[in-house]
Amino acid sequence: MKSLLEIEEIKIRFRTKGVVKALLDRDKDPYIEAVCGASLSIKQGETFSLVGESGAGKTTLARSIIGLVTPCQGRIRYQGKDLLGLNDKSFKPLRREIAMMFQDPVGCLSPRLCVRAIITEPFRIHGVPVSNMEKEAIKLLDMVGLPASFLGSYPYQLSGGQARRVGMARALALSPKLIIADEPTAGLDVSIQGEILNLMYRLQKELNISFLIITHNLAVVRHTSDRMAIMYLGRFVETGPTDEIFEHPGHPYTRVLLSSSPEPDPDAPRNRVMPIGEIPSLINRPTGCEFHTRCQLAEDRCRRESPPQQIVGPGHHLTCFKSK
Amino acid sequence: MNNTDTKLMKPDSSMGKLVKHLLRDRLAMVGLLLVILITGSAILAPVIVPHNPNKMNVHYRLKGPSIEHWLGTDQLGRDVFSRVIVGSRIALKVALISIGIAGGLGLVLGMLAGFGSKKLDSILIILFDTIRSFPTIMFALAVVTLFGPSLNTIILVVIITSIPVYGRIVRAQTQALRHNDFILAEKAMGAGKMRILGVHILPNVIGPLLIIASMDIPVVVTIEAGLSFLGLGVRPPTASWGSILNDGYAFIRNSPWLVIAGGAPLILTTLGFTFFGEALRDIFDPKLKQEVV
Amino acid sequence: MNHDMQPQTRSKKPVLSIKELSVDFKTERGLLQALRRISIDIPSQQIVGLVGESGCGKSTVINSILKLLPNNALIKNGRIELQGEDVLTMSQAQLRATRGKRVSVIFQDPMTSLNPALSIGRQMTNIQYRDQLSKSEKRQRAADMLTRVGIPDAEKRLRSYPHQFSGGMLQRIAIAMALLMQPALLIADEPTTALDATLQIQIIELLKTLQKEFRCSVLFVSHHLGLVADFCDQVVVMYAGEIVESGSVRDIFHRGSHPYTKRLLECDPARIKTKTRVLPTIPGSIPDLVNLSDSCIFNDRCLIKQNNCPQTVAPLMELTTGHFVRCYLNQEGESE
Repeated sequence: MKSLLEIEEIKIRFRTKGVVKALLDRDKDPYIEAVCGASLSIKQGETFSLVGESGAGKTTLARSIIGLVTPCQGRIRYQGKDLLGLNDKSFKPLRREIAMMFQDPVGCLSPRLCVRAIITEPFRIHGVPVSNMEKEAIKLLDMVGLPASFLGSYPYQLSGGQARRVGMARALALSPKLIIADEPTAGLDVSIQGEILNLMYRLQKELNISFLIITHNLAVVRHTSDRMAIMYLGRFVETGPTDEIFEHPGHPYTRVLLSSSPEPDPDAPRNRVMPIGEIPSLINRPTGCEFHTRCQLAEDRCRRESPPQQIVGPGHHLTCFKSK
Repeated sequence: MNNTDTKLMKPDSSMGKLVKHLLRDRLAMVGLLLVILITGSAILAPVIVPHNPNKMNVHYRLKGPSIEHWLGTDQLGRDVFSRVIVGSRIALKVALISIGIAGGLGLVLGMLAGFGSKKLDSILIILFDTIRSFPTIMFALAVVTLFGPSLNTIILVVIITSIPVYGRIVRAQTQALRHNDFILAEKAMGAGKMRILGVHILPNVIGPLLIIASMDIPVVVTIEAGLSFLGLGVRPPTASWGSILNDGYAFIRNSPWLVIAGGAPLILTTLGFTFFGEALRDIFDPKLKQEVV
Repeated sequence: MNHDMQPQTRSKKPVLSIKELSVDFKTERGLLQALRRISIDIPSQQIVGLVGESGCGKSTVINSILKLLPNNALIKNGRIELQGEDVLTMSQAQLRATRGKRVSVIFQDPMTSLNPALSIGRQMTNIQYRDQLSKSEKRQRAADMLTRVGIPDAEKRLRSYPHQFSGGMLQRIAIAMALLMQPALLIADEPTTALDATLQIQIIELLKTLQKEFRCSVLFVSHHLGLVADFCDQVVVMYAGEIVESGSVRDIFHRGSHPYTKRLLECDPARIKTKTRVLPTIPGSIPDLVNLSDSCIFNDRCLIKQNNCPQTVAPLMELTTGHFVRCYLNQEGESE
């Protein structure tokens, strides 16, 4: 399996104050760093999960891949091509190969268009000639398990699960090679979460599509992903094969996350690693290792220095002073 | 193959429900009927006038309502009813042209201001606010003094003073939508700015504009009537509701039907379009579209 | 960890007793039977979990307890006894005396459940309006409560406004406000759903501590099975407006008998120990609550109905003491 997408040392910052306010506040650096140095690679046919809580930067990173956000540093390579150097016109054809499914299933669908128009929109945007648009639309709905009767429906008439599937049909329209799914199961009942995930798995097997899943739900990650990365305040703290990380979580934050999703069993053993306090704001980043304010194992060194990335296993990276 | 969760939540068609709702709302029906009546008379004016509205017949001056002359005759013997019908044509022509053009331009400028760069937005906002800072009546009088009184002058004044209002409304709606997920999704798929504005923003912002515009129609009709009343609108002998009122108020003591003939259509137009506009607002109200369970 | 022991100080009468509650909603398509013969008992000082998915009626139950149903709601039947008094027949004055004092609520989104225009201190003293204390005494009580829920610098922070706090802090403040009046019953409606995973655990631990301290009962409404298993003593499972199973937390999680309960537990990705690429689901969707027939509510989606199942609505049958199931084919589920 060759590498489909490579992200190298991406940094993304956002301006917090306008020029005038920054002058008045004597703020020389009115920026927050949403992503500071992220690197990962995704192979063809693989599922990769980006895990983290609010402020982790996972959605921001995903949006930079699809060109909705511009990094200030770093490289994104798709099939070897550098994406960040391209202008709008050159990037447009590549948008056919990278599709995105958004977190809000109904909100990402144009409210005044019917399902038929929504899922065939990619054809129109890219001027792809289609002999029979209706047939294409029915085919797309069929791929996601919705009957043709939905073609005339409007987004407000759809349930959360149905809207997600319409979003997926739209993402599949131009046969993408990579689909970025932002919280694909958020808001869905437990009894139907599996439907979306199973659908993604089937499509991956049939069409060899790669998935980049953004989620905070570790149970979903465990069953669906080959590899995963855990983000905290814009940095990757641990990356590696999913099975390996679940078996031997190295970073204290990973252990905290794993114990934050209790099993549905009143007698399950609770070796809980409790986090201290709350996630710090991006405006006041902690010094040294940024997790030290919440870490049970924090030492002096962690407060002063930033730990380097270490390799603790095949493909398994960690950023912590206390790893074995 | 998963054919699960394939039942649509709301099986009734939204169009059917809207029509049903409208039929239940009596004021909306009254409004709709009045609008149809006035528009119909404006369109069919040359066909349905019983007499030539400008034909003078001094022997029959100031006669009251009769079978020949439904609303009597004015001081020059002209049939008032025919003049009222022609007046509707003038009123609607001025209103629809000026509001149509102002609405169209306001829509485009508003969308550009709301969606475009900050610089473009600032320029347009300054433009809008400058125009709006002129008091309308003074602006109208100034333009009339410059270009002479005529219908086209009225149309020009209304267009210029309405664009900023419509532009601001559309701009606010556009700004609210600009960061919505579905717009981001379109950008992510590669849609250009023009496509996003035309296909995705426009249908969602046009609702409030249509409502405000339809409620403005009676306002413009009244402005036209007012200016014609003052002699600054239509030139005689052209009939306008305002000029009928002007002709009539000198004779109000003995021949009140002239004033009634000029004033009643104004009142009916205002009522009709206002009720119609309210009905439009109900149609576009998103709450109607969702069944409350 | 779970309170299975019965301390002597606990009173025998339940704090809340919902008896045969049925609620309909008037809609354009007809009468929607949102709740049908709901009976729930919340004993004194116990934590009862209410579990169910979208459309099961959890919100309607909460709104009924508080008597805050919308205008198109019809209470067809039933009683809701809060410490013996029927809420449904209370006057407006009595309801005002009850809400916030004998029963209080924590909502899902702390950002929208607090008044953005008033300081926290002002809001916390306002709710003490029934007490004859001086203003400074009320402020002191508020500050003490804030410290108890883990807000540092409580005295100073009374002057802050909601927008100056993070989501986690706001939920703590909401809990402080709810418990300030020492209610007999605390209703927590998905209190952790809007929070990050690491915060969820902290809030649940806080609720556990405070529940023991204040000795109130808790009605914990959630779709997160893991949190329910961790926090609750008793569990009630709802489906499409009916109670399909209820019992102790171990009855439900270890010996769940209703086909819906069993399947729901099987579907939870957190419960599946080994990596499974194809996850189980419950195919189909909830039935139309406007046109209900006589058949069992889970009939369409039930995978285990056998030939001898009458497929009509079953009565609640007691399997073991306190463990009730609404199913003709009840068998003991396998224990873990």
